[in-house]
Amino acid sequence: MSDNVRLPSLSTFPRLLMHHAQMRPNHPATREKDMGIWQTWTWSQVAEEVRAMACGLAELGFKRGDNLAIIGDNRPRLYWAMCAAQCLGGVPVPLYQDAVAAEMVFVLQDAGIKFAIVEDQEQVDKLLENKSQCPDLLHILYDDPRGLRHYNQSFLHGLDEVQEMGRIHNRNHPEFLDGEIEQGRQDDVAVMLYTSGTTGKPKGVCQTHGAFIAAAQSGCEFDKLGPDDNILSYLPMAWVGDHLFSFAQATYAGFTINCPESGDTVMTDMREIGPSYYFAPPRVFENLLTQVMIRMEDAGALKRNMFHYFMDVARRCGAEILDGKPVSGGDRLFYALGNLLVYGPLRNVLGMSRIRVAYTAGAAIGPDLFRFYRSIGVNLKQLYGATETCAAVCLQPDGQIKFDTVGPPAPGVEVKIDDSGEVLVRGAVMLKEYYKRPDATAESIDAQGYFHTGDAGFFDEDGHLKIIDRAKDVGKLANGAMFAPNYIENKLKFFSHIKEAVAFGDRKDEVCAFINIDMGAVGNWAERRNIAYSGYTDLALKTEVHELIRDCVEQANAELAHDAMLSDSQVHRFLILHKELDPDDDELTRTRKVRRGFIGEKYGVLIDALYSGKASQFIETEVKFEDGRKGKVSADLRIVEAKTFPPQSAKKAA
Amino acid sequence: MSEGRQIGEVILDLKNISLRFGGVKALTDISFDVREHEVRAIIGPNGAGKSSMLNVINGVYRPQEGDIIFRGEHHRDMNTYAAAKAGIARTFQNIALFKGMTVLDNIMTGRNLKMKSNFLLDALYWGPAQREEIAHRRKVEEIIDFLEIQHIRKTPVGRLPYGLQKRVELGRALAAEPSILLLDEPMAGMNVEEKQDMCRFVLDVNDQLGTTIVLIEHDMGVVMDISDRVVVLDYGRKIADGTPDAVRSNQDVIDAYLGVAH
Repeated sequence: MSDNVRLPSLSTFPRLLMHHAQMRPNHPATREKDMGIWQTWTWSQVAEEVRAMACGLAELGFKRGDNLAIIGDNRPRLYWAMCAAQCLGGVPVPLYQDAVAAEMVFVLQDAGIKFAIVEDQEQVDKLLENKSQCPDLLHILYDDPRGLRHYNQSFLHGLDEVQEMGRIHNRNHPEFLDGEIEQGRQDDVAVMLYTSGTTGKPKGVCQTHGAFIAAAQSGCEFDKLGPDDNILSYLPMAWVGDHLFSFAQATYAGFTINCPESGDTVMTDMREIGPSYYFAPPRVFENLLTQVMIRMEDAGALKRNMFHYFMDVARRCGAEILDGKPVSGGDRLFYALGNLLVYGPLRNVLGMSRIRVAYTAGAAIGPDLFRFYRSIGVNLKQLYGATETCAAVCLQPDGQIKFDTVGPPAPGVEVKIDDSGEVLVRGAVMLKEYYKRPDATAESIDAQGYFHTGDAGFFDEDGHLKIIDRAKDVGKLANGAMFAPNYIENKLKFFSHIKEAVAFGDRKDEVCAFINIDMGAVGNWAERRNIAYSGYTDLALKTEVHELIRDCVEQANAELAHDAMLSDSQVHRFLILHKELDPDDDELTRTRKVRRGFIGEKYGVLIDALYSGKASQFIETEVKFEDGRKGKVSADLRIVEAKTFPPQSAKKAA
Repeated sequence: MSEGRQIGEVILDLKNISLRFGGVKALTDISFDVREHEVRAIIGPNGAGKSSMLNVINGVYRPQEGDIIFRGEHHRDMNTYAAAKAGIARTFQNIALFKGMTVLDNIMTGRNLKMKSNFLLDALYWGPAQREEIAHRRKVEEIIDFLEIQHIRKTPVGRLPYGLQKRVELGRALAAEPSILLLDEPMAGMNVEEKQDMCRFVLDVNDQLGTTIVLIEHDMGVVMDISDRVVVLDYGRKIADGTPDAVRSNQDVIDAYLGVAH
């Protein structure tokens, strides 16, 4: 496929689509499980659907330069809608489908949305609720008509009708759409993705066709992805990762995307499809591992012992075998046996039997977690990138995997570390601009054309980039030692009983932390010890649970004591929060990153209590339910001291 | 309530129903009717005779006196088979599913009456039997999609939480494509979220499939929100009948629920 992009005729996504429709008309392009059966659309059918949708949109008045909001789960027609908008020279703007109505308003207003294509009644209701605040919004199109029979607003249209309209339009003006596609240029904006907004309001990142095609090309060549690969498209469409993998790379290389039946069926659907290419944030890998561990704990003694025995073997040599490094004959034999008895069946249960390449990105992944997947033979690799760089800055090449780095810069991308330690990026994959925000654009792209990522990192001796933390989060303890909260939190989060952690310590003497327990893992743990509980809050307040978590924290402290730079960052005190941190309460971003500043303000009393030596603290918090109603949760939280260890770095270095 | 739904003629008319078990009078001289496409609630304190009423409608109990007129036909002695055949389906207060079977199979059993092919062809899964099975499976999948239970399609029912089991039971009743659906406390024992989901499904069934619904429910909020007309029973007698608002302000009803000073 490398000659694709050099041809000027394939410089935009609609052109790539039409190219595939011609080159491999009967090759599967999109699958969706509907009514229990996988439905397939070939490239020529997809091209037809996109054509109908684009013509229908044109008929409704969608013009070059208009923005099209796309809101919903991963549905084939929503992916096609992206391409349909691009055909007409418009810009698709995918939104997070689980955002509450008020959050959507900001993006709808900011992007001046006139047309929205949404999945179902739920999303239509959200838009209707806020329509008065979005005067620009002219038309709402929906994919699934269920429950919308009695909605008689004239600006609401079913996608079926719009596509039918488009088909008629296309019959009458067969030249129209090809002419429109012909006008598309490589440096036109292809998509606008909103940043998750860890700080402040989200910004619209404008990416051109050229940038995403460059990113797709480098990724596909790097991992030799071709038309025969399969990917499961289940991550939010508004996330840059999904856009790169499920849209840009799929449209570039011509491989098949598979849309799961619903969010709850992803595990089953993954097993049925057996993707060859897989992408997930660390959180997903973590959840899968937690589920496996819970099930193993419940398994019979024989199975459990076999699992643990062979996992020890895998830990010893699995990753080395995958990397093709020399391993003793005995270990190879044991590994082969383990592969037959444990790893193979386990990969099958996880739906990972056919995976050639799996990537994780979006947050740091715990080294043990990473090692686990590699040791059972899943070629999991890390990549590093941001919305502003089409997600592709660094990739780990096969055979050069390190657990704590994200690999060397991707082909065609230039990476530099500035004096303050911040990672700077330059190359074809960079954003064109922030939408209507020249100030922000000027702030993040410097005079030499480098994009400032805001991440702190350095290159190791092999030229692999190592990311420490967000540059602005890295602070100092009162004694001057470096404090990287993310690093500590990741260490804690690797314990299957801990779901989320927030560490504090900037300009303080000691590090303290908030903990969110993992309801699944701790719940199972409690049930097997006959500890009764009524819900998250109740469970989180149990003394036994505090002891369990204290063990985890102390283990993490022991590991931190070995780290030369971070041995002062051991967690002295912690408390278990009475509610789960939730994006609906603004505590996490939609991509589930901790919003440190906000949490610091919201739970100020708790932080004060952690540092004042109190034994407990009362707190009452307002929570928002998914349907927008509000409730209150209150609890008396215990503050627990954890043992710390003297720094071991000197001994270890010797 | 939805505006598009047209409430039609009376399709089920119960006249002067009395039911006794020996000396115990379960129902005394009760009359009410159900109109096509409406949501009709039966409420009342414990032991008021609500479940007995449903059992009379679908032929589990035979009343000693009274007349059941369903779609113009008199059924003095309705029996369960005839009721099911005529398009009356129901769910039970205590879940009555096949615990060891999957969700899919449980809902499939609801298609039983609609299956025509013979045993031998079924066993061989051949010819018409195969085509029929595929058509029924399609219908069942539509119900699974409608009730949003795709993720538990292949899970044995016994392993599901209570709220989901209730939903599966509704699914099985729907599989018979009934014209009247009798729901016996569909929301009992559910948490707020499950109740909301169930309400939505009941309303969707009523609205999109046009199914007439007769339901027994204890949660007054639910009853007042989703029903068109409410009949109130107390000690086997009808004490009120009318719109939710009318029933709510009826003094007899208030007394029955809150008690009166003696």
